[in-house]
Amino acid sequence: MLDVHALTCERGDRILFESLSFSLAPGSLLYVEGRNGSGKTTLLRSLCGLFLPSAGEIRWQGEDIRRLGEDYRRHLLYLGHHNGIKLELTPQENLRVAATLDGEPATAAAIDEALARIGLRGFEDIPARMLSQGQKRRVALARLLLTGTRLWVLDEPFTALDVAAVEQLQEIIAAFIAEGGMVVLTTHQEVALTSGQIQHILLEG
Amino acid sequence: MFRAFRTVLMRDITLAMRRRTDVFTTLFFFIIVISLFPLGVGAEQQTLRFIAPGVAWIAALLASMLALERLFASDYADGTLEQMMLTPQPLAVLVLGKVAAHWLLTGLPLVLIAPLVGLQYYLPPDATRTLVLSLLVGTPVLSLIGAIGAALTLGLRGGGILISLLILPLYIPVLVYGAGAVMASGDELGNVQAYFLLLSAFLILALIFSPWATAAALRISVE
Repeated sequence: MLDVHALTCERGDRILFESLSFSLAPGSLLYVEGRNGSGKTTLLRSLCGLFLPSAGEIRWQGEDIRRLGEDYRRHLLYLGHHNGIKLELTPQENLRVAATLDGEPATAAAIDEALARIGLRGFEDIPARMLSQGQKRRVALARLLLTGTRLWVLDEPFTALDVAAVEQLQEIIAAFIAEGGMVVLTTHQEVALTSGQIQHILLEG
Repeated sequence: MFRAFRTVLMRDITLAMRRRTDVFTTLFFFIIVISLFPLGVGAEQQTLRFIAPGVAWIAALLASMLALERLFASDYADGTLEQMMLTPQPLAVLVLGKVAAHWLLTGLPLVLIAPLVGLQYYLPPDATRTLVLSLLVGTPVLSLIGAIGAALTLGLRGGGILISLLILPLYIPVLVYGAGAVMASGDELGNVQAYFLLLSAFLILALIFSPWATAAALRISVE
């Protein structure tokens, strides 16, 4: 359960949003909408604890996320504008490092399976710099298949993906929500979800 | 926790091995600076022997400075740094892994090449040994202190110059005692041990405080 109470974020002297409150229950999806510069990314980064809001509280299971620290991050997976992968490393190595640091070391077989499912079979041990933009994005998305976290915060996850990959990601998100996961998402394209509760937030900034 | 440390260490070493120019620039910079002095000052044996400790240590200072800028910059640019901050591992441990890798790749080569400096500057074997040992204890301190500066200036334009201004003054104690140890070893009455105790004390202090300070600085920079 993620609770956001009276959240205010500023960048420089500009107030992006004020007194924003919402809560997210297991098995629900939250769309954060708004035009460019309205503070969508800042809101998502605040939810992860990467950005310090100027006022308000973000609580996970009733506890402030700043106080929880590592115990909160254990439940969280964030994908931002950057893919967060090293171009010199292969997709396999990238995922192995990410999984180990996430505290859930993955076997080579599990990593290969995740890569195959996301459509990167045959690209497992090629340096990521050789991959296309969409394929790099897929390497980052493969983490969704490996992780056991409860909350996904995804910033524009559909960018650079082709139609098939967009569909597949929608399925992955839908399956995760059906299992009781929580997703916060910004996107400019509508995602069709079959199950789960959907909420919308419009940042007017 | 140790697994996280090892993972980051191995990751950074693998990355450096695939992008080897970074490692060699530091080493060659050190060698070139060291070689310029005899050309500028003259190759008189007595003079060279006299300036050797200072020259070697200042060159080491500048060389380790050179590589600092890149310590966090590429991780910051591709988003892996913020991913590290979101893992359930203490950030200080991950920072320590990165700094350890940085030292192995840029500090240790300087230590290993130091005997050549001894030869070039006509240092007696005793003094050369002291130079190697003092660099071995001192260069990790440089990497640890430098990491704080690298974290603070992350994402700023002209960060490289700013790091030098921030960090070089903090390097002074290491320079004084590092070069002092080598000078004392040529001295009849010199007590080299005292210098090493002080350098080791710096190392321990830096090991304890620098990862936390660096982690705090990174959190500010990434925001």
